[in-house]
Amino acid sequence: MDTSTQITDAPPPAQPPAVDKRAARGATRPGDRIFLGLSRGSGILLLVIMAAIAAFLTYRASLAISKDEGNFLTTFEWNTNAVPPVFGIAVLAFGTVVSSIIAMVIAVPIAVAIALFLTHYAPRRLSGPIAYVIDLLAAVPSIVYGLWGALILVPHMNGLFGWLNDYLGWTGVFSWEGGAPRSMLTVGILLAIMILPIITNVSREVFRQVPQMHEEAALALGATRWEVIRMAVLPFGRSGVISASMLGLGRALGETMAVATVLSPTFDIQASLLDPGGGTFAQNIASKFGEASVFGQDALIASGLVLFVITLLVNGAARAIIARRKEYSGANA
Amino acid sequence: MSTATVTPKGPSTLRGARLPKWSPYAIAAGSIAVAIGIGVVGGLHSRVQWGLIAAILYVVASYAIATMVEGKRQAKDRMVTSLVWVAFLLAVIPLASLVWSTVARGVKVLDLYFLTHSMGVVADTEPGGGIYHAILGTLEQVGLATVIAAPIGVLTAIYLVEYGRGNLSKAITFFVDVMTGIPSIVAGLFILSLMLIFEMQPFGFAGSLALAILMMPVVVRSTEEMLKLVPNELREASLALGVPKWRTILKVVLPTSLGGITTGIMLSIARITGETAPVLLLVWGNPLINANPFEGAQASLPLYIYQQYANSAGSGAAYDRAWAASLTLIAFVMLLNLVARGIARWKAPSTGR
Repeated sequence: MDTSTQITDAPPPAQPPAVDKRAARGATRPGDRIFLGLSRGSGILLLVIMAAIAAFLTYRASLAISKDEGNFLTTFEWNTNAVPPVFGIAVLAFGTVVSSIIAMVIAVPIAVAIALFLTHYAPRRLSGPIAYVIDLLAAVPSIVYGLWGALILVPHMNGLFGWLNDYLGWTGVFSWEGGAPRSMLTVGILLAIMILPIITNVSREVFRQVPQMHEEAALALGATRWEVIRMAVLPFGRSGVISASMLGLGRALGETMAVATVLSPTFDIQASLLDPGGGTFAQNIASKFGEASVFGQDALIASGLVLFVITLLVNGAARAIIARRKEYSGANA
Repeated sequence: MSTATVTPKGPSTLRGARLPKWSPYAIAAGSIAVAIGIGVVGGLHSRVQWGLIAAILYVVASYAIATMVEGKRQAKDRMVTSLVWVAFLLAVIPLASLVWSTVARGVKVLDLYFLTHSMGVVADTEPGGGIYHAILGTLEQVGLATVIAAPIGVLTAIYLVEYGRGNLSKAITFFVDVMTGIPSIVAGLFILSLMLIFEMQPFGFAGSLALAILMMPVVVRSTEEMLKLVPNELREASLALGVPKWRTILKVVLPTSLGGITTGIMLSIARITGETAPVLLLVWGNPLINANPFEGAQASLPLYIYQQYANSAGSGAAYDRAWAASLTLIAFVMLLNLVARGIARWKAPSTGR
């Protein structure tokens, strides 16, 4: 498994025996034909579902967008009940990107550090159980993170926000008018906590696969532990870490309930990350859905379509990076 | 204090000077003491600030001391070691707090009454009531989703591993990957768009369909991994005896990998059980017991948590119920996880036979 030369298609060990093709397919037996039909049918059904998702979302979205008086991409307003309806996704796109960026900036370095901790620093007796616990934490439902974020994390943010405002308030990005800290920064921190386990898990898998020889060679040359990591572990694991981060980014972009519980949304763009306001695609759908008319629901579907496309791009990029070095696949994480 | 204890730096030793083994603990103790001192003198109330000051002091102090005694490279190594430890401890705080607060606040109202009663006659802001209707709804929705998604997922994986070659299987593999990343709310919107077209009202099964969409790719991926682990010799032996391929798959391949497939399915059930967004869009929630998933709005455990939080205008009783429901949900998900991993461990050696 030293190179990634030809492991791209169907994996070799999984190949059915290479007997005569016609005999192997057993096309003459009705049982075989039915079974092949069933399993192929399920596969095709998956493709049909994907196509249907794209098609129906686009159809309903087009119903809404065609009546939109504003520009769907640039309007700073979400007023679907107005008589002509005016709505646009500019605020949502901004909020989604900003909160995800904050989450990534916080989560990726810490996750990589924890992965290194588990593979290279922690005492062996500790690292197994900790990895197991982190595995379990990845399974905690997002609504629980949301509840915790809204009731425990938010009150604890006051201190940090005051401090940021005192020392960094002059930048404008960290100024705070003293409202409840249900802002983009809090959302970003909560998202970071949520995606930490998944990024850690995938990175840990990658770091574990670093060839022992590389590390021992570096140690034999007198490298310190940090130099081993910098010269042998990190270069080997780079693509794995990138794809792990992209998977985490995909989660952060589409996260609904945690954002909906923590953020106090307004439909405008705040220069400051600390003042409440803004919104994300998923959060906007969840909070506006309750009182939306059929037309309003179509408009929300239109914004969901944009989110769908964005996550497709991000995940596609992550998969492409994984596919280049197949043996790191974190897809079953 | 540490320099005094360093072993004599004679020119004859081959190794460079090293700090003694206990020095990190000594530096840690020192920096914590100094941090507490700063905290008390400076009047900082937040323990988090004390911890941060201690962490920064520790990193700086160990770097400085190691530079003096051991040299730059070792100092850098020690600094990274301490940074990694700090990162780990930093991450433990919120995660431990999450688990702790859920358990501590959840047990307050969690009892048999809570598990066996609905919110039928209880206003959201009053104490009392329970989650029976929500548990019922979740079990039905997740059960139906599993009934749909598990066979389709397993069959797709069988196609990919046992039959798949060529463009169709490549396309399926790619789109399964893509499907894994669909946000749950988008799956909900897809079913919603169908419901809008057919002018349907919210009902439990609609939620099941969205959950099934989220579950399928996970089942495919995990089943695929498991089927690939089945040794080819088993297939060859069976085929050599003249057993048809479909019977080989049903009688040899699937039983061999059954443990792993079960694990995968249970993990995916655990994943969709906590999904709130599609249920919010499609099932709406209902304070009453509705045992029929095919008609009328239903409740669901994650949705119950959200609604207790969002609709209660800060009522303590509702928050208590939300925490108790969270604890129930986490306990259920963790139980699924633990059992699934137990099965995986118990069944794992059988693939090697």
